[in-house]
Amino acid sequence: MQNIDFTKYRVVVIGGSAGSFPVITKILGMLNSDFPLPILLCLHRLKHIRNGFVEALNIKSNIHVIEPEDKTMIKSGFAYLAPSNYHLTIEIGNYISLTTEELINFSRPSIDLSFDSASYVYKDRLIGIILSGANKDGAKGMCRIKSRGGLSIIQDPVEASVKTMPESVLSICKPDMVLKTDGIIELLNKIKK
Amino acid sequence: MIQDIDIKELRNLIATIKEIYRYDFSNYAISSFKRRILRILELYKISGVEELITKIKTNRMFLEEVIKEITVNTTEMFRDPSMWRTLRETILPQFKNNNTIRIWHAACSSGEEVYSMGILLKEAGLSEKTSIFASDINEDVLKTAKQGIYPTRTLELNMSNYERFAGIGKLSDYYKLIDNNEKYVFDKSILKNVMFRTHDLVLDESFSKFDIILCRNVMIYFNFELQDKVVQLFENSLFTGGYLVLGSKETIAWCKSAKSFSVVNVEDKIYKKIG
Repeated sequence: MQNIDFTKYRVVVIGGSAGSFPVITKILGMLNSDFPLPILLCLHRLKHIRNGFVEALNIKSNIHVIEPEDKTMIKSGFAYLAPSNYHLTIEIGNYISLTTEELINFSRPSIDLSFDSASYVYKDRLIGIILSGANKDGAKGMCRIKSRGGLSIIQDPVEASVKTMPESVLSICKPDMVLKTDGIIELLNKIKK
Repeated sequence: MIQDIDIKELRNLIATIKEIYRYDFSNYAISSFKRRILRILELYKISGVEELITKIKTNRMFLEEVIKEITVNTTEMFRDPSMWRTLRETILPQFKNNNTIRIWHAACSSGEEVYSMGILLKEAGLSEKTSIFASDINEDVLKTAKQGIYPTRTLELNMSNYERFAGIGKLSDYYKLIDNNEKYVFDKSILKNVMFRTHDLVLDESFSKFDIILCRNVMIYFNFELQDKVVQLFENSLFTGGYLVLGSKETIAWCKSAKSFSVVNVEDKIYKKIG
């Protein structure tokens, strides 16, 4: 960890599916309340349940979690949750673009798409984290972050309640770090702007 | 598989399409536009943008197929059922005493929302006095919309949306299964007062005045400049007191025309043209 430049990052993007909710809740609840980077959350969720999820995340979060509208500017102090039934992507110019393009890996939002578009814009200034989940969405996106020089992190499959998602990252590239939840929190809290 | 496309190549492609066919994609949101082109290259097994440009130049039919793929045609019946309930319970009752109600589905794609509206109006007893205009840039999807034939795999979602919309009957009251149950076709009576026409939101002008305009999950593919222009077009196409309905995550807040509208329902993205 000593080689990481904790001052260079601009955005954190987190993907997860089955079993990731308690992990996300813990991370958001234990981040420093002045955490300096915006966070993008791409979590698989039930399509027809539009409300409730963002409230559930907000209850214990130190960072304000919102479901952005299309073309929302990305700012520190916010975690942007991909709305159900939309892909969340990043446009050049530092704003969010929501789309209704086809499902990817049977998913909308797709983690691959969020990670890929964010890494295209932020290159080596992006941190990507893949948590517990039951499908392989996110693996390609995570490896894309790594190949563009960003910091790639997966939740340790030993700890993840559903291992498929972090393990599918391992099956196609070697992420920079494999961490348990506490390790992820510790790392994020070292970030300075 | 091609991993990425240069923005300059995209500009060339856009310029070619504009020059020959008068479709203008220069103000589409660039990263989603790029993904559409990547998808087209993969679908048609084309080696790169240069080859795509050559094929487009010589083949109008192919260009139309490309246009169909560029414009995202994801749609479903009664998408966001709460919005359709708001239309039924709050918006449409205001027009009860009007002689006519005029509705425009702008960029209606394959027509699922046109049928949703038709069913809603029928159940509300308002079909007779309503005129619906349904438009899209692409003739091919309009053909689908006119036929009202959809693959049965879409039925589960449409039925569950209709149930959450809480219509007075069953969705199956309005369609019948055909082709060994592989497809279903909607009753033509739903389209009684519907007119279809091609219309390009980017280049075409306002063609009439309406009480309600629906344009859902279309402007998310446009950049700020084009959003501005299209909202202006809608403003010009609405009667004062008319309503504009967008997708659940779209907003006109950043548009110049925003001052001509008030927010009626922030969740369902329903705006009213004022003064």
